[in-house]
Amino acid sequence: MVKLILRKEEFEVKAGMTVQHTLEKVGLDSHSVLATLQGELLTDDEILHEGDVIKLVPVISGGRL
Amino acid sequence: MKCRKCAEKAVINMLQHKLALCKTHYPQWIVDQTQRFVEKYQMFTPQERVLVAVSGGKDSLSLWDILWQLGYQADGLYIGLGIEGGIGYSDESQRLSEQFAHERGLRLVTVDVEGEYGRTIPELALQTYRGKGKPCSVCGLSKRHIMNRAAVQGGYDVLVTGHNLDDEAAVLLGNTLTWITGYMLRQGPVLAARAGMVRKAKPLCRFYEREMAAYALVRGIEYIYDGCPHAVGSKTINYKELLNRLEADRPGAKQSFYLSFLQAKEYGFFRTPDPEQAGSQEIGADGKLLHPCPTCGQPTSSGGECAFCRMVAEIR
Repeated sequence: MVKLILRKEEFEVKAGMTVQHTLEKVGLDSHSVLATLQGELLTDDEILHEGDVIKLVPVISGGRL
Repeated sequence: MKCRKCAEKAVINMLQHKLALCKTHYPQWIVDQTQRFVEKYQMFTPQERVLVAVSGGKDSLSLWDILWQLGYQADGLYIGLGIEGGIGYSDESQRLSEQFAHERGLRLVTVDVEGEYGRTIPELALQTYRGKGKPCSVCGLSKRHIMNRAAVQGGYDVLVTGHNLDDEAAVLLGNTLTWITGYMLRQGPVLAARAGMVRKAKPLCRFYEREMAAYALVRGIEYIYDGCPHAVGSKTINYKELLNRLEADRPGAKQSFYLSFLQAKEYGFFRTPDPEQAGSQEIGADGKLLHPCPTCGQPTSSGGECAFCRMVAEIR
């Protein structure tokens, strides 16, 4: 599984999907959040692997996310 | 995905530019583009003194970082609003702004609203007619007044803010939905100086908000992730989310909306309501003639004191 962390929320999704697909699975998109792995930014086409912990950084200050 | 300029892994893909860049070339591209926009819109020159309004957020700290790298004479201005919101919002944003300035040896001017006017912004919102249910209205009015005052008193040539393209497109959408053409006439990358009012510029107005967040991350700038607690659910944020949905379906939609507006303005689609009546006098966003406020000297279109001085008088 891949773990996504957004502020105090956590999501778990299947490994092997792209960042874009993974975000869509949990109702997010890359205009609202930036995906980072160990502090490095990921592009939408990056494949996420088993055990990855992805920290999501909200783009809109003060937004719902 | 590879960087367009080298073989390294890209950290961002900007669909509207069809451009992917790595962690070395991306921040450099942002700096170069900012310089291009500063020149294109004639915002300021290297000889001029620049005051950067900083909030501790990603946009304003990134802007200061970019201008510092470009070698501009840029000082920072932090306004202590006294907003707690359960997260120590103002304290944390001030700490981050001070830390940023200290790390780079930059000068940060601080104005504390409570220290100067005896009330924090949330208190002003509770105790004044203007603030009833609208803390953002009090906050915006106070910040505009204080920023201009600090720039004029400090002898700065220009006041710059970290507004990005998403901010500008959201404001434009709001004004378009109600056709407030007076505000549209004044919206743009640069607002010229007038009597009592310093020139204002927005060097980041051509970058998407996600690009500025990415820049701050790549540059390792520590900023406050949380937005102002009072802004949650605001119209501007709602408009940004709407525009992002449009952008997801049609990459470049936000950019096209804003740039087409700037072009329409250039073609004269938005004009002062009655230029003949105004003659050589300045006209405000509401179409009324401007005159100096008898208390603070800043331009106002109201009959007597400006809205800020009236609000301060109300609590005194």
